[in-house]
Amino acid sequence: MTSLAIAANGLRKSYGDKTVLDGIDLAVPEGTIFSLLGPNGAGKTTAVKILSTLITAGPASGEIRVAGHDLATDPQAVRAAIGVTGQFSAVDGLITGEENMLLMADLHHLSKAEGRRVCAALLERFDLTDAAKKPASTYSGGMKRRLDIAMTLVGDPRIIFLDEPTTGLDPRSRHNMWQIIRELVTNGVTVFLTTQYLEEADQLADRIAVLNDGKIAAQGTAEELKRLIPGGHVRLRFYDPSTYRSAARALREASRDDEALALQIPSDGSQRELRSILDWLDSAGIEADELTVHTPDLDDVFFALTGSTVPAQNNQTEENVR
Amino acid sequence: MSSLPLAVRDSATMLRRNLLHARRYPSLTLNLLLTPVMLLLLFVYIFGDTMSAGIGGGADRSAYIAYVVPGILLMTIGSTVIGAAVSVATDMSEGIIARFRTMAIHRGSVLIGHVVGSVLQSVASVLLVGAVAVAIGFRSTDATALEWLAAIGLLALFALALTWIAVGMGMASPNAEAASNSAMPLILLPLISSAFTPIDAMPGWFQPIARYQPFTPAIETLRGLLLGSEIGYNGWLAVAWSIGLAALGYRWSTSKFNADPK
Repeated sequence: MTSLAIAANGLRKSYGDKTVLDGIDLAVPEGTIFSLLGPNGAGKTTAVKILSTLITAGPASGEIRVAGHDLATDPQAVRAAIGVTGQFSAVDGLITGEENMLLMADLHHLSKAEGRRVCAALLERFDLTDAAKKPASTYSGGMKRRLDIAMTLVGDPRIIFLDEPTTGLDPRSRHNMWQIIRELVTNGVTVFLTTQYLEEADQLADRIAVLNDGKIAAQGTAEELKRLIPGGHVRLRFYDPSTYRSAARALREASRDDEALALQIPSDGSQRELRSILDWLDSAGIEADELTVHTPDLDDVFFALTGSTVPAQNNQTEENVR
Repeated sequence: MSSLPLAVRDSATMLRRNLLHARRYPSLTLNLLLTPVMLLLLFVYIFGDTMSAGIGGGADRSAYIAYVVPGILLMTIGSTVIGAAVSVATDMSEGIIARFRTMAIHRGSVLIGHVVGSVLQSVASVLLVGAVAVAIGFRSTDATALEWLAAIGLLALFALALTWIAVGMGMASPNAEAASNSAMPLILLPLISSAFTPIDAMPGWFQPIARYQPFTPAIETLRGLLLGSEIGYNGWLAVAWSIGLAALGYRWSTSKFNADPK
């Protein structure tokens, strides 16, 4: 077994009689990106707060080790190994970006010269050099988030917790943030990421745990999770009701959607299957007006696991075949 | 790094941060200075002639200046520490505190930084208000260097005590407005002390409250040190109050800080 950066057994937390985390087990190998995925209120932030020593785990929890140290008995050793970027920006808005960075350098007990060097390098890396002398409160959302991560990196942490790092960012800033997160692990850092965006977990994470209602509904790689549920299909749409009816007669195994004049043929979306479907349509003389391939994505997994149904308008990840 | 140098180093870092805030945004501190200065001028120039009749011995306005300044100086502390309550409450609602909690720094340094910063601000404020008092005619009577030193020590100790209480109030408040309200008694308490009028002139049932509340012994001690009046038991009472309040505020603040944040 490779060494684990985070190993939690039976992580529990409740406030009064409201159970937030109902015994979750986590195992995150060093140098990987782990994503805790879940809807609002699933308990993601609570899990991060506990693992990052901000709040204590519930009394019924099992052993929790972060960076090899017991969370309950040696939180200070855990703190020395981690960096946290919370959901709400953890920067001091009253002082400048550079002063925020130097504050971190001082708290990590770097020498003056080294502190300046590290801070300048990080400000440069996160494209904040021009804004370094401005108060952090004047920064845009994306800049604040970059400063936040830059501050987290001052102490050279081995494990980084990122609680919804891209929530509220525009698409460009989000992609920048993804790039930053990918770069982090190339240096052997472990990243524990929470997100409510399925695409984000799919893009970044080596392993994903779906958290729902305080429990882990499923855990595995994005591929493994996608395999858990069927859902891949080719959808054919017709404009003319009579063409639709004749196609439906010819393709008996397709499921019908009479309202939309659409047929769904189960498929894994591979090139080979697609070709055989197209050949078959040709030989049956069926000419669909629209053809879309729907591969099972984490949305399907997510909705299947968290008990809600896939919204009808959920077309973002379908690709049109031209 | 062992724990004491760590505590000192991290607290110094936090202090620098707080002083940077105070320097960058001086309006809060300056606003809080306004109240004691206004009251000083009000009581000396508007009420001075009338009030001086109350302190006995055919006193006039200049005698009343001497009487009222020690109380005003201690009120300045009460006023300045409201700023500490407000800035602690503001700080606690910021994400940066969550970051500090997850860092391997000395646990108490966040609060210690606030307290030391606030005590320094109190001392600076007292010096400013004291300068105004001197400008309008306040003079000490035969105070020795040792007495001056003791006076400054008393003011600093009292500032420390009130700051810890104010920090506790700030910790217990959900936001800056609530903190400002709950710290209000710290500036109102001097009004029911011997700051403006002798205790003997108050209703009999109220005199014990006025006499033994924290401000009166401190005011009487300061008067004794600067003006040569009788200090008596007030010196010990002032020190006891200060240490007691500081310890209480310290316990209150740190237990709040160490509790799981909401």
